[in-house]
Amino acid sequence: MTAVSVSGVTKTFNEGRSDAVTALSDIDLTVAEGEFVSLIGPSGCGKSTLLRLIGDLVSPTAGTVSVAGRSARDARLRQGYGIAFQQAGLFEWRTVRRNVALPLELRKLSRSAQRARVDEMLGLVGLSDFAEHYPAQLSGGMQQRVAIARALAVHPPLLLMDEPFGALDEMTRERLQNELLRICGATGTSTVFVTHSISEAVFLSNRVVVMSPRPGRITATVDIDLPTRDESVRQSPDFFGFVTLVRKSLREAA
Amino acid sequence: MRRTLSVLAGLIAAVALWEGYKAVGDPDGTVVLGTRILPRADDLSMPHVWDMLRRLGQPELTGGRPVWQVVLGACLFTLGITAVGFAAGAVVGLLLAVVMQRFRIVERGLLPYVILSQTVPLVALAPLVAGWSGNLSFGPYPWQDWMTVAVIAAYLSFFPVAVGMLRGLQSPPASGAELMRSYAAGWWRTLLKLRLPASLPYLFPALRLAGAAAVVGAVVGEISTGTRGGVGRLVIEYSREATSDPAKVYTAMLGAALLGLLVAALVSLLELPLMRHRRRIRVVTM
Repeated sequence: MTAVSVSGVTKTFNEGRSDAVTALSDIDLTVAEGEFVSLIGPSGCGKSTLLRLIGDLVSPTAGTVSVAGRSARDARLRQGYGIAFQQAGLFEWRTVRRNVALPLELRKLSRSAQRARVDEMLGLVGLSDFAEHYPAQLSGGMQQRVAIARALAVHPPLLLMDEPFGALDEMTRERLQNELLRICGATGTSTVFVTHSISEAVFLSNRVVVMSPRPGRITATVDIDLPTRDESVRQSPDFFGFVTLVRKSLREAA
Repeated sequence: MRRTLSVLAGLIAAVALWEGYKAVGDPDGTVVLGTRILPRADDLSMPHVWDMLRRLGQPELTGGRPVWQVVLGACLFTLGITAVGFAAGAVVGLLLAVVMQRFRIVERGLLPYVILSQTVPLVALAPLVAGWSGNLSFGPYPWQDWMTVAVIAAYLSFFPVAVGMLRGLQSPPASGAELMRSYAAGWWRTLLKLRLPASLPYLFPALRLAGAAAVVGAVVGEISTGTRGGVGRLVIEYSREATSDPAKVYTAMLGAALLGLLVAALVSLLELPLMRHRRRIRVVTM
């Protein structure tokens, strides 16, 4: 089954007014179950809007979006996906534990079930020792890991990420990329990942979708076929070959 | 400990300033080109601090209760009115803020009037409130004078709460609202889990302002409606005796000032249990 299916989607903001903007034009995209797809492109190409369409945070002007065979709205109402943004966006008045528990609370899970799930998630992102800390006490990288734990807390089949590592330094970024791959591998989660970084897209993805602006559309799709996804692959000729390929597609798009 | 010391130091500095000016200032005040630029420093205008304190211990009128008891009683009376007015004002302010956050159109329509409401002079308002409410009654309980004063206190204190709370409710970034939407949380649960907690850092300073405004409203309200029993009335009564008994006026003013401090302290106490996360900031990195 496909995790995400977007067909013929157009999104116009302020439709019918003089300041109407076509953010996305005639987008088709499918994400297979367990697949990791990155959306890459310059600012204003609509990649974040596409992510929000999949999450039913905005609705399409034309076309259909379905998530795991349901409409995007149904999927959202059933908490069918987890989402993480560039800013961790943790609730500063809640401890790490209660931040991760937030989606579980809203699902009305029992206290003990919440507790067990939060412990599992914090173990997954390596923050078990920080459950009772407040976000302000954590570094940016740690906050982003809490945000990932929160996004995965309901065991969603789909993870949507909008430049989640964009605000982090290069070293933290690479470490979190490794962790994200490990987590997605372990949980079998399908992922749609928005990024500016070519190397990040290549390292993480099974498929990189290249977009261009005004109006936002998909101009190329690059399948990434790397033998492994460990540290050594970052120095391999294959890796650089794909980076060059994506860079070329971006140039041609612009 | 350090706090107590700094409070004490502030108190000493204030007394020293008062007595210092009294020692060096011209008893008839300093007049430049027909305008008095410094006040009179004679005993009638500026009684010694110790005279005021001594006056507190002496009877109000010959054979009556000591002044400190009268002032304390009046302050407690006004405190009660202030508390009622503050509570009513805070509730009204909160509700207005929530409605304005929920409906953009209400914000645009209502906010100018909320601001306008505070430019109406209080002294003009007090008799109006007294006039409107004179015929009201709650079943068998007729409208009381103190309720008019409480309405005036509420009228002053709802404003900072409404404005501060509105900003607080609007403070979460768009991603916070999107996150709640992604959890299929509606308006009410977004309010409870996101907007209300996020607004607390805005609410508490607003409540402190509202507390101070409620005291001012209660004192001025008592004066302009002629309500008996409170410290506002006492200030007026004692100031009539200012020429014969100057220290007495200051005892009532001291009471009013302490009342303000007490209300501010009580409001800050509200914060303690709700702002725990603000107090232990020790950043860990890894």
